[in-house]
Amino acid sequence: MQRSWNLPIWIGFVIVVIALASYIPVFTQFAVTRDFPWANYLLLLIGGGALAVGLRRAYRDPLRYRGKISGTILGAVSVLLAGFFVFFIVYLGKQIPSAESALHTGQRAPAFTLRNADGKQVAFSDLANNHRAVVLIFYRGYW
Amino acid sequence: MRSFEQHLQEFETRGIAIAAISVDSPGESRKLCDAKGYTFPFLSDPDAAVIRQYGLLHPKGGPDDHDISRPAEFLVDPSGTIRWVNLTDDIRVRARPEAVLEAINRLPAL
Repeated sequence: MQRSWNLPIWIGFVIVVIALASYIPVFTQFAVTRDFPWANYLLLLIGGGALAVGLRRAYRDPLRYRGKISGTILGAVSVLLAGFFVFFIVYLGKQIPSAESALHTGQRAPAFTLRNADGKQVAFSDLANNHRAVVLIFYRGYW
Repeated sequence: MRSFEQHLQEFETRGIAIAAISVDSPGESRKLCDAKGYTFPFLSDPDAAVIRQYGLLHPKGGPDDHDISRPAEFLVDPSGTIRWVNLTDDIRVRARPEAVLEAINRLPAL
């Protein structure tokens, strides 16, 4: 008997991959989906659910459905990938030194002169000139 | 960064300048600005001297154990006094421009 393709396994795996690959290019662009990545968690749940459905029928009805081997492999890969994503979100992203030594409100901000993207020297006073205040955004770099 | 770029006009209208600072070289900043369309100044602090002065050093936080800056936002008035600070404990979670604008509105006399 010709066994039929177990589509939920493949669809579920594709959704899991999309869930993980989309976070940086798409969902970090918006604060609502970046700070708590609910959109990605939701996609992971949907993908995981589809995979579970496919795996279940592959094992319960192996005469009708394929996918015992491919489903197990894709399922394991999905769990690994999702595990790394969650590890990054809840642990790796928080591995920055304590902010205790940072300057705080009311303190004097050290003046500086640094080169801009065109290599020209820019002083803090140049930025503040004709302005009420300056927002300084410090970022990690190496993008 | 992208959201600050989108609110740039609003900041400019209120007389607030914006600048970004990292250990990236001017060349890397140029690439980033061109790729993302950022128009406010991106300043290069390659040996993290200014970053260190602001107490933001993240030792060996970058590739190949390079020292980098931890993420932070400061609002500094022209006299050099810090009027507002945002220090995140998660590299993904940054100050939203709305929060900074609110802080600007709350300040007594800038």
